[in-house]
Amino acid sequence: MITIIDYGTGNLESVKNALNRLNAEYILSSDHETIRNSERVLLPGVGEAYMAMDKLRERGLPEVIKSLTQPVLGICIGLQLLCSHSEESDTECIGVFENKVKKLRSDTLKIPHMGWNDIYDLRSPLFKGVEEYSYVYYVHSYAAEKNENTIAVTDYGIEYSGALNRDNFYGVQFHPEKSSTIGEKILKNFLEL
Amino acid sequence: MLAKRIIPCLDIKDGQTVKGINFLELQNVGDPVEMGKRYAEEGADELVYLDISATLEGRKTFAELVKRIAENINIPFTVGGGITTVEDAGRLLLAGADKVTVNSAAVRNPQLIIDIASRYGRQFVVVAIDAKMIDGRWTVTTHGGKRPTERELFTWAQEAQDRGAGEILFTSMDHDGTKNGYPCDTFAKLSGMLSIPIVASGGAGNIEHIAEVLTDGKADAALAASIFHYGEIRINDLKQALAEQNISVRL
Repeated sequence: MITIIDYGTGNLESVKNALNRLNAEYILSSDHETIRNSERVLLPGVGEAYMAMDKLRERGLPEVIKSLTQPVLGICIGLQLLCSHSEESDTECIGVFENKVKKLRSDTLKIPHMGWNDIYDLRSPLFKGVEEYSYVYYVHSYAAEKNENTIAVTDYGIEYSGALNRDNFYGVQFHPEKSSTIGEKILKNFLEL
Repeated sequence: MLAKRIIPCLDIKDGQTVKGINFLELQNVGDPVEMGKRYAEEGADELVYLDISATLEGRKTFAELVKRIAENINIPFTVGGGITTVEDAGRLLLAGADKVTVNSAAVRNPQLIIDIASRYGRQFVVVAIDAKMIDGRWTVTTHGGKRPTERELFTWAQEAQDRGAGEILFTSMDHDGTKNGYPCDTFAKLSGMLSIPIVASGGAGNIEHIAEVLTDGKADAALAASIFHYGEIRINDLKQALAEQNISVRL
C-alpha cells in the first residue's frame, strides 16, 4: 500500500489520478502509524514552502518523515521540503537532503519555469528505461542546487537538481503525474524500487 | 532547454467537442476525452478545453467532463469558459484542471485575476485576450470578438501580468479562422514586453505559420483547433517539422 501524505495543502487529484492510471492502491493520510507502516510514501505539495512546512509541523510530520526507511518520493514542493532550507520566506525544511533551495533568477528567461524541459545525467533506478534528455513537465520558481545527491540535472539558465536521491529518499522537481508516458514510467519505477 | 509547446484547443458545448469558423457555424467533431487522449499520444504538450455552453445544464455537464479529463489525460490541461468568480475557478481546480483561463470576466472585473492568483497561485491563471485592430489600435473585445471594449491590447496584457496572470493567451480576432497566419510583430512585442509566457492562438493554416509565431513572434506556445481536429496537420508531423527548423520541441 502507498500512502500519499495528506497535510492539508489541497489538491492531490492529479497524483491520485496518475496512481489510478497505474492501477496502484493508495490511501491519503497524515496518521503517523499509517505512514510508518506503508510500503511506499508520496509527499506531494502545492503552494509555498513555509506554509507547507507549517502544516507538516502542526501534524508532527517532519520527524516521522525523516525516520522513514521505505521508499519515499517528494514531488515538486515535496522535493523542496525534503531539502535543508528554502530561500522562499527563509524556511527551515526537513533536511533529508543537504541541498539548499534557491529562487530561480534570470534576466532573459521567464519565471516561473513552466513547461516541458529535458533532464540529463540520469543516474538512478528511478530513471530505468528513461532516455537522457527526455522531457518532463515543470511548474516552479524555486529549485534545489546540485550536489552529490543529484540524480537528474535540469538546465534553465542554471543547472539545478531535477531529481535527488539519498538512501530511501527520492525527490523530483518536475510533475511525473503530468509528464505523459515518461512520467508514468518514473512513477512506475518508484513503485518497483 | 524549455520546449515550445503545441496546444490543441477543444471547444465544448453540452459535453461535446465543437469547432466553428470564427466561432459561428459549429460542427460536432468528437468526444472530448477520446480526442484529448489521441492528441496526448500524438505529442500534444498541453490541452485547452473551452466551455461554450450557454445553459446551466451545459455548464454542469462541463464540470463533470473536467473530472473525466483529469482521470484520463496524462498531460496538463487548461479549462475556460464562463469562469466569473474565484469559486468557479476553485471548483475546476478540485475537478483536476491544471489552469483556468479567464477572458470577458477579467475585462469586466480585473480583480478576479488577483483573487484567483492569490488563492491558487499565478501558474493557475491564464488570461485570454481577444483583440482586433480598430482604427489602427489593437482593441480588446469580449463575447467572441463581437463587443469592442475601451481597453487596448498591450496595456491590458501588462495589467493582467501585474495583477497575477501566469500566462497570456492572445487571439487576434482579425486572424482567427482565416488560416492566413498570426500577426507575428504583435506577438513579438507582447512577448518582449512581458515576463510571463505568451500563447499564440488563432490564424494557423500550416506548419510554417506555427514555426513563424514561435520564432519571429517569440511566442512560447502555439494553440490551434481546426487544423488539428480535421487532421490537416498531425501533431507529430508538426513537431518533427519544427525540430528540423531547430525549434526546441518535445518529441
